[in-house]
Amino acid sequence: MPKLNRDTRTDVTFTLNGKKVTARSEPRLLLTDLLRHELGATGTHVGCEHGVCGACTVRIDGEPARACLTLAAQAEGADIQTVEGLEPEPGGMSPLQAAFREHFALQCGFCTAGILISLKALFDRKPGASEQEIREQLSGHLCRCTGYTPIVRAALAAQAQMREEEPRNA
Amino acid sequence: MTVNPPADRWVGRSVPRIEDAALLTGRGRFIDDLPTHAGTLAAAILRSPHGHAAIRSIDATAALASDGVVAVVTGDDVQRLTRSMTVGVKANVECWPIATDRVRYVGEPVAIVVAADRYLAEDAAERIAVDYEILPAVVDPEAALGSDAPVLHPSLGSNLINERSFSYGDPDGAFAGAAHRIAVEIAYPRNSCTPIETYGVVAGYDPGEDAYDILANFQGPFSIHAVVARALKVPGNRMRLRTPPSSGGSYGIKQGVFPYMILMGVAARIAGRPVKWVEDRLEHLAASVSATNRVTRLEAAVEADGRITALAFDQIEDCGAHLRAPEPATLYRMHGNMTGAYAIANVSIRNRVVLTNKTPTGLNRGFGGPQIYYPLERLMQRIARQLNLDPLDVVRRNLIPANAFPYRTATGALLDSGDYPAALERAVVEGGLGELVERRTNARAKGRLYGIGMAAVVEPSVSNMGYITTVLTPGEREKAGPKNGAQATATIAIDPLGSVSVKVASVPQGQGHRTVLAQVVADALGLEPSAIAVVADVDTARDAWSIASGNYSSRFAPAVAGAAKLAADRIRAKLEAVAAGQLNTMPADVVFAGGRAASRSNPDNGVSFARVAAAAHWAPGTLPETVDQTIRETVFWTPPELSAPNGSDEVNSSLCHGFIFDFCGVEVDAVTGEARIDRYVTMHDCGTILHPAMVEGQVRGGFAHALGAALYEEYAYGADGSFQSGTLADYLIPTVMEVPEPVILHHETPSPFTPLGAKGVGEGNCMSTPACIANAVADAIGVDDLDLPLTPSKIAGLLAGPERQAKNPPRQAREAQPGGRRKLTGEGAAEVAASREAVWKMLLDPATLEAIIPGSHGVTQVSDTHFTADVTLGVGPVKGRYKAEIELFDLDEPNAVTLRGTTTGALGFGEGEGRITLSDTGTGKTRIAYTYEAGIGGKVASVGGRLLDGAARVVIGQFFKALANHAGGANGPGTGLLARLKGLIGGRS
Ligand code: FES
Ligand code: FES
Repeated sequence: MPKLNRDTRTDVTFTLNGKKVTARSEPRLLLTDLLRHELGATGTHVGCEHGVCGACTVRIDGEPARACLTLAAQAEGADIQTVEGLEPEPGGMSPLQAAFREHFALQCGFCTAGILISLKALFDRKPGASEQEIREQLSGHLCRCTGYTPIVRAALAAQAQMREEEPRNA
Repeated sequence: MTVNPPADRWVGRSVPRIEDAALLTGRGRFIDDLPTHAGTLAAAILRSPHGHAAIRSIDATAALASDGVVAVVTGDDVQRLTRSMTVGVKANVECWPIATDRVRYVGEPVAIVVAADRYLAEDAAERIAVDYEILPAVVDPEAALGSDAPVLHPSLGSNLINERSFSYGDPDGAFAGAAHRIAVEIAYPRNSCTPIETYGVVAGYDPGEDAYDILANFQGPFSIHAVVARALKVPGNRMRLRTPPSSGGSYGIKQGVFPYMILMGVAARIAGRPVKWVEDRLEHLAASVSATNRVTRLEAAVEADGRITALAFDQIEDCGAHLRAPEPATLYRMHGNMTGAYAIANVSIRNRVVLTNKTPTGLNRGFGGPQIYYPLERLMQRIARQLNLDPLDVVRRNLIPANAFPYRTATGALLDSGDYPAALERAVVEGGLGELVERRTNARAKGRLYGIGMAAVVEPSVSNMGYITTVLTPGEREKAGPKNGAQATATIAIDPLGSVSVKVASVPQGQGHRTVLAQVVADALGLEPSAIAVVADVDTARDAWSIASGNYSSRFAPAVAGAAKLAADRIRAKLEAVAAGQLNTMPADVVFAGGRAASRSNPDNGVSFARVAAAAHWAPGTLPETVDQTIRETVFWTPPELSAPNGSDEVNSSLCHGFIFDFCGVEVDAVTGEARIDRYVTMHDCGTILHPAMVEGQVRGGFAHALGAALYEEYAYGADGSFQSGTLADYLIPTVMEVPEPVILHHETPSPFTPLGAKGVGEGNCMSTPACIANAVADAIGVDDLDLPLTPSKIAGLLAGPERQAKNPPRQAREAQPGGRRKLTGEGAAEVAASREAVWKMLLDPATLEAIIPGSHGVTQVSDTHFTADVTLGVGPVKGRYKAEIELFDLDEPNAVTLRGTTTGALGFGEGEGRITLSDTGTGKTRIAYTYEAGIGGKVASVGGRLLDGAARVVIGQFFKALANHAGGANGPGTGLLARLKGLIGGRS
């Protein structure tokens, strides 16, 4: 990473949902602000800006990370996935998204992007994650609407569906 | 699920939500996602670090000179360009959205910086110098009533802003003749349902038309529109208010965004460009709104068998620093329902509203319900305990009987429908109360702490817009003119291709209104829900709306969906006439189904819905004479039952009344004090269920909020008004690990007063669950006095002292607890290689102080014993600039001196006092011993009290370490101070 100083704006280049993007950033710019306001990827939400609520969770090189605690400059060269990258094709839904709809696992939807990303990272890493592991992953997210049960149900249903579709991964 | 989906209609089925496709793919349109007008500026708000202080001066020179800054707005500007917000009681007091002459709560806006972007605005906000004179604060509502209490608003003369007493039936007679008088005293805490999305406002001002255009994630009620327009000194039609299509939860809280509409309107006007402000989480927790905290004494006149003949309420409602619209509505929302689910004919009520140095209150899920039902349902348990009765029997004996509906309560509510005894008995059987009792017996036999709690509540919905006027005397009401009703509105429009759009002003915040409206209208017109487009956000310049519009008091299903049904029925009746013409039959013979209009008697005789629907556009001349048009129908519906409070102060405060009966089994860990819910059963009668999965979602969501309120959540204040819950790590919201799945049961008795038979359902568990859980905990640990939240440490404390009696509730102690400002004491010593005289000189030398005060840049000597310094200090991730003042007292050269220091900055303030003693250890060395007491307040105190003690110790330690180094180095690593410092800062010293 180049050495940054307060008054310079530099280009940050990274892969966002499979596409190479470049944006200008001052050193203190948060990744959430870069994604949302510079790149218009507003699906990632900000609920606390201090790392507790999980709404801003994105994947950086596959790992779930709090975009609100990440500087935009840290994204240089990284592979970033946000909720906008979960859709298999426009108008379609991944099994995880479809399960959320089917199980009414969202109400206002403000927390949802972070949760989807977190679960996607978990299932990619561990397709057979236990319910306990799913709950642990979800415990990094606050949802004020649903009472969580339908989120757990949707996660379990999506997991079953994904394993059926890709038995090799099981 | 207990509901069988109907086969012949969409309403009643859990169809997928039409909202979800966008929300699941990142295409939601929340306020911060929407494009803004080019040139829109960003605002940051400088807020009060003090609970109570006079503002001597505000110097914005440096801020105005900062990069990118366009304007700094202060209370003077706001007073010049607006008028005080309307206060809902008759009182000589002003209510401004920003501090004018003084600040009255931590987080109160003091100045607004408008700059090119938010980062620059925040930079500049730190450069505003505000000179405060700190005043004594009062945070406890009872203390606020004391004659010696600091008065927040001198024009009021005291902190009591309103008092009313009511009497219904013959409470005195009932108490005089009662076999028992049984009472509870409760201090209901402050908490908030805090949505994950914070407030946001984008405001513009057009000087040519003297008109404001404001976008805000406001939720209603739109009576607030009048408050904002009046404050901005424009007619209602010059205050266009729009809401974004998506909103990230509200639960009442986003009603409280309205003062920021005024502030951003003024900011835009002064800046000459649109201004956008998005609240951050600290601002939200400290200064959005919360529920009221309330002190209640509730006494019952009770017969030997547990039947209650009278209730006497004495309520002290704490509305915070200002009485903001619609307060004191929290206190009056339940006024018709003070007797809950019980048939109690005699009631007396004394209501006092007080102001304290805390954030102003506002709407919050359950609105007034938790504050009533917590005392009432704790009282029911107390009666059972005291009279040695089964708590379930006490509930049974007092329930309103099934044949009594519609039932008029003593205080004036007309309970629409219900069969409370049947719902209760079903819950007992289907929820397995017997099994829980068995579990309790077994657990107790093994010495474990297991308790059962229950709660029966009536859940009001669709507020009467006139209930709040119960706060006025009948005479005052007479003068002001009656207020009543609750206008709901829905518009159905048909476009030239014959497709159907629905428009309501319900401003959903995640509840799925659009889906349910599509179901309702699809049923009426024989279409698929997916064929119907629904808009539910509001633009006051274009839409049909009224003061009752918005998303609160659980009014959607009973009122808004009902209005949509009426509109759909109205347009269908016209379309039947049109279709009858096209099909050559009678209107009564026309059926709309499957996207077609057809003859009932000859189904082959049909035509597409679109053809019928579009005729009014393309060939109005073909419409039958009875039909004017079928292009747009707007229905306004206000239920006649919602009349104004009468001369005896009886008020039907809400249209619908659901019933809830909850019970639960809770096990308390005898060591940690943690309460674990074994099973929670919640039985609901919310009338006709329109969408079972959404009803369950509302029940579960409300339950999770209530669980937080019962066990974890409290907006904590120090005695000086410092706010101590400024992050989501301090204000603990339940996660997936804490929320169990409740057993949800339904017993439907349709409301005769609503078009679809539905009643509200979103708030009930916030009313029933806190009391139900507390009753179980009380049963488990055998105590009478329990105030929320029931944190493990609180329960463990109660377990440690179970003999404490009910006479003196722990309330006083709780508020007066150490703290106030976070206090911190410590002591230490260091040995330095210098003489006492040399050390003494250093302490009085600005150059030395400059070198040894941590983070100091520039020490100025004001007098021999008075210094000022600019310092930069970091607490965890929060780094800030402060102004420090250091004074020396009690000089005993060269033996001892007292140092008193204060620091103030944008991030907060601190003050401390330390006594330094110098003693000769021989061989030219000096031992420096110190003791100190320090306190910290403001933003830094709100964002992680846990970090502070360590951080302050480190800073104080650094000072002495630097002094030791400066004096010629410390005497090896063995000294207490250095060893401790190393421990504190991880060995980096
Ligand atoms: S916004 Fe990043 S964790 Fe809350
Ligand atoms: S769906 Fe609203 S916060 Fe989770």
